[in-house]
Amino acid sequence: MVVKKQERESLVHERYLRHQKKFPHVWCAGCGIGIVMGAIVRAVDAVGLSNDEVAMISGIGCSGRMPVYVDFNTMHTTHGRALAFATGLKMVRPEMKVIVVMGDGDALAIGGNHFIHAARRNIGLTAIIINNNVYGMTGGQYSPTTPTHAYATTAPYGNIEQPFPICQLAEAAGAAFVARSTVYHARELSRFITQAIQKEGFSVVEAVSYCHTTYGRINKLGSAVEMMRRLKENGVSQRAFERLPEEERADKIVRGVFVDRDIPEYTQLYDQIIARAQQAVAA
Amino acid sequence: MTARLMQGDEACAEGAIAAGCRFFAGYPITPATDIAEVLARRLPQVGGKFIQMEDEIASMAAIIGASVGGAKAMTATSGPGFSLMQENIGYACMAEIPCVVVNVQRTGPSTGLPTSPSQGDVMQARWGTHGDHPIIVLSPFSVREAFDLTVRAFNMAEKYRTPVILLMDEMIGHMREKVELPPPETIEVVERVITSVPPEWYKAYENTPSDVPPMISFGQGYRYHITGLFHDERGFPTQRLDEIDPWIARVFRKIERNLRDILIYETDQVEDAEVVVIAYGATARSARHAVRLAREQGLRVGFLRLSTIWPFPERIVAEVAERIHRVIVPEMNLGQLALEVERVVGRRKVIRVGKANGEMIAPREILDAIGRG
Repeated sequence: MVVKKQERESLVHERYLRHQKKFPHVWCAGCGIGIVMGAIVRAVDAVGLSNDEVAMISGIGCSGRMPVYVDFNTMHTTHGRALAFATGLKMVRPEMKVIVVMGDGDALAIGGNHFIHAARRNIGLTAIIINNNVYGMTGGQYSPTTPTHAYATTAPYGNIEQPFPICQLAEAAGAAFVARSTVYHARELSRFITQAIQKEGFSVVEAVSYCHTTYGRINKLGSAVEMMRRLKENGVSQRAFERLPEEERADKIVRGVFVDRDIPEYTQLYDQIIARAQQAVAA
Repeated sequence: MTARLMQGDEACAEGAIAAGCRFFAGYPITPATDIAEVLARRLPQVGGKFIQMEDEIASMAAIIGASVGGAKAMTATSGPGFSLMQENIGYACMAEIPCVVVNVQRTGPSTGLPTSPSQGDVMQARWGTHGDHPIIVLSPFSVREAFDLTVRAFNMAEKYRTPVILLMDEMIGHMREKVELPPPETIEVVERVITSVPPEWYKAYENTPSDVPPMISFGQGYRYHITGLFHDERGFPTQRLDEIDPWIARVFRKIERNLRDILIYETDQVEDAEVVVIAYGATARSARHAVRLAREQGLRVGFLRLSTIWPFPERIVAEVAERIHRVIVPEMNLGQLALEVERVVGRRKVIRVGKANGEMIAPREILDAIGRG
């Protein structure tokens, strides 16, 4: 569908959000998820996509509720399985832009297997992982990205597990595009998502957020504003990170595009399979 | 079409192609793997797509995604994988997504006896996912019926916007029989109901007179929301009783009012019978033979073979049981469908012939039960 110039100039939120029906949203006041949603719709706008050609698929958790608010083809699936649902949709609708929104528990614990296999296949989905280091909706249990020694309702004596490095995991598993930013760096986040959507192949953007309601409270990290300030201070570019002395690196969140490589996309490869199979039948 | 030697799994795969299936996602498991192998080769030939997923949970999810994209979609597995699929089968029930799930049953629980036949998943097929929901479950007793019921499973899935489970067993899946497949032009193929209203009027879960709301694929200009939460007519989450109750009533009603189409069965010599054998799947082959042997001995025995086991054909079983003394229910489990038979036949005696050790039930064992009494 061609989007008229005049329409394009209107406000992004009017075009891409289900603003008349579905607000106010369910998220806690001060949560970073809304910023990620804003970054996504601005990215969709920047790429110039119409609402009809975008699908947003989510799993379960705070992030799972995002598809309700955006005016795309939207699907709120089961916990951890969003990428698998999206894989089926992308296979039969390869022309659609399929954006999958997940939290850290959703994408990396219950959905960890689907995450690495979607990356390995390099199927043309954009995975946005909102990392707040905790299970927020269920009330603050430790997740696969909870830092070691941090507290959670299920880690009352401190977490003894190591957190997953999401971006390195995605890179090792075969993703075509991998980037990380934070909800403080909203414009950069939107820019990375814009690049991710345009990438053919599996693209991953880790959006580092926070949960002041559960994780922040139990770890005495202060209000949403204070947690946001921490993202501002700790979020450093790759170049800045490399210049830092070793002892100052520990708490830093490295922002940037880590992977941007051209590898054949899965649904395009499958089209070749169809051509080969049909040739064999004709012969 | 000429007769050919064919395996049950292969007949199922060919039935899927004939019904218009153009997407398959699965994970290897004996005795269902053959279905995936045939479709990996056959689907791209007809422009369809096959994908081997990382597990059965993902397979079930992928076929739902594909169905939402507009493809007729199927997966195939056996007991262990079927257990893994249950949560997403529930999602398909809640979101009313047409799809076909094949379970070629093997002996369980757990890894059990790979891969001896079983009919141990009758109750799991009905109640495997959590929560109340209607479901359609078909069970073939021959290679040809594996083909036919696969076509019917797709037709019902599309017509009623529901997952349909094809409950095969290892016997039927791996057995080779001479079959003659129907000419393609004679096969009835049903497409899902789409809408004629413009996008702004479209309600994906509208309470229509037919109780089956039209379903539009993603990417067609009709943007809407799909969720596993209880939802309103537009698909958005709701907790309002005046929206939840009509939804529950409608999804049950859309199955119940179409039982004439959904219930597939066959009776043989029940008119003068004093004893009736009720069977389905591979066990129906032994039962049919036992009935023949009993008739040869002059015993008045009839046969009711069920191809649809869920919804349970209550009225049909009750009617058949009305005029008789005893019902024999042989099945390769320790009495699952027999529970339903007992529920509907009143005071008539129900004799279970059950086995859950991986062995087929022999005609002799059923004949013994007929003679007992």
